[in-house]
Amino acid sequence: MSNNDSPISSGDVEYVAKLAHLHLDETEKKDMEDKLGSILGYMQQLQKIDTTGVEATTHVLPLANVFREDVVGSTLETEKALHQAPERDGNYYKVPKIL
Amino acid sequence: MTITDMSLKDMAAALAEKQFSSREATQEHLDRIEKINPQLGAYINVTSQQALAAADASDQRRANKESKGLLDGIPMALKDIISTNGIPTTCASRMLENYTPPYNATCWQHLEDAGAVLLGKLNMDEFAMGSSTETSYFGLCRNPFDPDHVPGGSSGGSAVAVAADLAAYTLGTDTGGSIRQPAHFCGVVGIKPTYGRVSRFGVIPYASSLDQVGVLAKTCADAGIVLSSISGKDNMDSTSASEPIPDYAAACTKGVQGLRIGVAKEFCSAGIDKTIIAELKRAITMLEEAGAQVEEISLPHTEYALPAYYVLASAEASSNLARYDGVRYGLRIPADNLHDMMIATRSAGFGPEVKRRIMLGTYALSSGYYDAYYNKTLQVRTLIKQDYDQIFAAGFDCILTPPAPSAAFRIGENTDDPLTMYMQDVCTVPVNLAGLPAIVVPMGLNPEGLPIGVQLIGAPFGEEKLFAAGAAIEGPRIIPPLDI
Repeated sequence: MSNNDSPISSGDVEYVAKLAHLHLDETEKKDMEDKLGSILGYMQQLQKIDTTGVEATTHVLPLANVFREDVVGSTLETEKALHQAPERDGNYYKVPKIL
Repeated sequence: MTITDMSLKDMAAALAEKQFSSREATQEHLDRIEKINPQLGAYINVTSQQALAAADASDQRRANKESKGLLDGIPMALKDIISTNGIPTTCASRMLENYTPPYNATCWQHLEDAGAVLLGKLNMDEFAMGSSTETSYFGLCRNPFDPDHVPGGSSGGSAVAVAADLAAYTLGTDTGGSIRQPAHFCGVVGIKPTYGRVSRFGVIPYASSLDQVGVLAKTCADAGIVLSSISGKDNMDSTSASEPIPDYAAACTKGVQGLRIGVAKEFCSAGIDKTIIAELKRAITMLEEAGAQVEEISLPHTEYALPAYYVLASAEASSNLARYDGVRYGLRIPADNLHDMMIATRSAGFGPEVKRRIMLGTYALSSGYYDAYYNKTLQVRTLIKQDYDQIFAAGFDCILTPPAPSAAFRIGENTDDPLTMYMQDVCTVPVNLAGLPAIVVPMGLNPEGLPIGVQLIGAPFGEEKLFAAGAAIEGPRIIPPLDI
């Protein structure tokens, strides 16, 4: 947190965009800084609550592990799975060079 | 009376008595869609040919005395977040503009197996992120009671289609109020069942610990018929529940004698429009006159639900939407290397609100902020859930609240400041954080002619009591003044 006015700086916005694999132009960056700043500011009120010793709830169901029999069922055929590929080479998804 | 005016229940009875065929019912809906969808924007895609083929198959089954029951031959529609085999499913995003799923979502499979006739796919906020259907890549959806007002969101098209008689019933999804707030804005019944009640398999995920499929319908009984049909354990969704599936339509006739209903004072604060409070008071009187015991209760952590929801929903969204990388399906913007291709694809494929939530979620999950935002909020979620656990443990059957701070707002009114848009969800998000079922039932019109509903919240798997109480306060349908 770079200054007292906003919980998010322009540097933070650039860093988070990089993590999220998003490119933002200058207008988007400024807009994101303003709006994320006000939203994060609003979220600060959560810090007021004393949660010492409170367990976290990641989901509401009383579930532990869910098991099923290890039997072969029907699966999506290769052709159907590949049908929507933007680019393919035989039974592979094709992507531009990685390095 | 035309076919499109009819409730699902009445339409099913008329089909059984051969007053008209499924083809006639389907054609009448398609004609009406053609006439008024251009002004309302409820449907993204109308599947006329498949619908008529499904209707003919249903009529054939009926002629052979092989009808599959109440839903057989009834024209309906799905929010465009629900995967339909061979029919495009876009999530109202450029990212999935040309995506056609190779399989059915389980909830739709249940309906297709029951003979449902799919009229098409419905407009929504992009990836279900919004409270007004204004973030759709495919254009605005308008409130049939006043076209200058929003229908609510994110299941705006699902609510409009039911309100304007463009489908007998629809399915929507609800992560923070996306079924209930549009139901309230458009004067229809909307139920978000308990988390796990309906399988999420094939439903494009937004925030997986909060998302749930539900029904929008003209009456409580109609919503009950459909919910009984789509509920149940699914091996493809490990969070789906194996609880027995009651006859929810039958629950609508049980009455409220002896039910204990709490009214949470935290939901009736100064920020709620007085016409909303007036309808809430009218609902209290009706429930008391029908034999329910209504008492004021307190849910002390309510004020923290909204910020908590936006931390958690955004965090889960940033993780869920990482799958849109231009590799396997959906949009690809070509580039020289893989990394640049992914960035170009995501930057072009997502709209501003989706990018904002991905950024917010990525920030909340990033090193240095994870404990302060994400972990802290998971603890707050526990406190919010405990508020409800305590009320139900104290013997309350359901909780009555306003569904939103106001009636439908104007198009463009809340688009400049995301925070004011988020505030629209203040009455609905606590329910998703606690994983509870809730129903919105229309009560009447405000002085501007816009619908107002009330919300009833139940204990986990307490949907039957919601239907009983909902049906007890349900009046005649509110019909929009459409100029056709």
